Amino acid sequence: MSETLLTIENLQVRYGGIEAVKGVSFDVHEGEIVTLIGANGAGKSSTLRSIAGLEKPSGGKITFRGDNLTGRDPTSIVKKGITLVPEGRRIFADLTVLENLKVGAYLRNDDISNDIQWVYELFPRLKERSWQLGGTLSGGEQQMLAVGRALMSRPKLMMMDEPSLGLAPLIVKDIFSIIKEINRQGVTILLIEQNANMALKTADTGYVMETGRITMSGTGAELLSNEGVKAAYLGN
Amino acid sequence: MSLFQTWLPYLLAGISVGGQYALIAIGYTMVYGILRLINFAHGDVFMAAGLIMVYLSTALPLWIAIPLTLALTVALGFLIERAAYKPLRSAPRMSVMISAIGVSYLIQNCALYFTGGLAKVYPPIPWISDTVEVFGAITKRVTLITPILSLFLVVALVLFIKKTKVGIAMRAVARDFEASQLMGIKINSVISATFVIGSLLAGVGSLLYFSNYASVTPTSGGMPGLKCFVAAVFGGIGSIPGAVIGAFIIGICENVIKGLGWTTFSDAFTFALLIVILLVKPTGLFGEKSTDKV
Repeated sequence: MSETLLTIENLQVRYGGIEAVKGVSFDVHEGEIVTLIGANGAGKSSTLRSIAGLEKPSGGKITFRGDNLTGRDPTSIVKKGITLVPEGRRIFADLTVLENLKVGAYLRNDDISNDIQWVYELFPRLKERSWQLGGTLSGGEQQMLAVGRALMSRPKLMMMDEPSLGLAPLIVKDIFSIIKEINRQGVTILLIEQNANMALKTADTGYVMETGRITMSGTGAELLSNEGVKAAYLGN
Repeated sequence: MSLFQTWLPYLLAGISVGGQYALIAIGYTMVYGILRLINFAHGDVFMAAGLIMVYLSTALPLWIAIPLTLALTVALGFLIERAAYKPLRSAPRMSVMISAIGVSYLIQNCALYFTGGLAKVYPPIPWISDTVEVFGAITKRVTLITPILSLFLVVALVLFIKKTKVGIAMRAVARDFEASQLMGIKINSVISATFVIGSLLAGVGSLLYFSNYASVTPTSGGMPGLKCFVAAVFGGIGSIPGAVIGAFIIGICENVIKGLGWTTFSDAFTFALLIVILLVKPTGLFGEKSTDKV
């Protein structure tokens, strides 16, 4: 098995008195696509947000390539090579497409023109709309821009929070095929989804989260054929 | 005397005052753009810059006093943000606004303490304060320099925000704190940079303004501060070109009204304008474009 990139041990996240994540542990190996699936409020987003440094975990440990990242600020986590494509895309609406990509490379001081080319090759639609304001793009294009912007930091691990949210099924298919392509080019992916079918088909490893805990794990294919998962998340 | 010669002094004064207002209004509009906060202390930072200059110029030669005044003004703006606004970053907006009002009164009362409530005579700056004759109209040279210097600074600022990495980061932070953090942007540094720029421009504005008015009192920041706030709202708060155009319009209108002999109403005009804008076009001339897409 390949090297472990990210290790989450007994992670806990609290909002006031509410415990959103109640001791979650899992590993992400280099080169994998890993997915966390589960219903609303299962604690998936909170898990990703605390890895990205947006929430301070109340307990547990986050280790990335041997470094302890628990409770570090988002800037140093981006520097380490982790990026998060946030839920709802959150592109900068009054920046142009190109400026959005440049902001994605904010912490880099080297030449970024090759990476802009790379993102434009992955998403030719963005190249056509390079000078348009981010806010004028369609939902699918905004998702592409959010992914492209995240890639501009040259991450080792890209986390994605519900990339299929609010997108037409055809576009969701496109997005997932591009996720696979990005993974093939060497970026490890950790994604959370409510669209369990699509996520499990794409993922090497899957975890099922329920009310703040991981209740099941396995390869994508195993979980897809699991009766419990089928009943709860696949709607058949 | 021709009509041109009658009106020229008022027009010149209007453009000049407009330039001074523009420099102050930018501070309001930039801080609002990024924090959604009306920084009520901004007018008082402008007044404080005036007093700092008065005190420094008594002890130091002008070529040291002027840059030092600007540096201290910047430091004041930076400290206000760190002490009074940063701790309230996740508090409701109303709390931050009350904090801003508190800072405003604090600065005014400190100024009252130091000056004893007396008007302090602003030092004349050689060359800038000299009188010159333009097409038969007598005016101070500062009147001519102000609009040129203001426009130069505004263009430089707009280019900075359009083209540089920090400028793009400022626009990103103004849009979305959390997404900016995910890009690795340190939002506190960007917010500090905004206050530094706003205070620097207010400092330059105060040099030009007080050279024209000759004395500084603890409440000197009040009226110009309010008018520049109106200018920023008029232009569409959050927009820099808007604030500049709003400032020039208000400066020119005020002086034209004075020229018509209605000096008493020149301030009233500014605030009547505010009411009309809020009723007719609350987002101002260049108000925030809503490119939101759900």
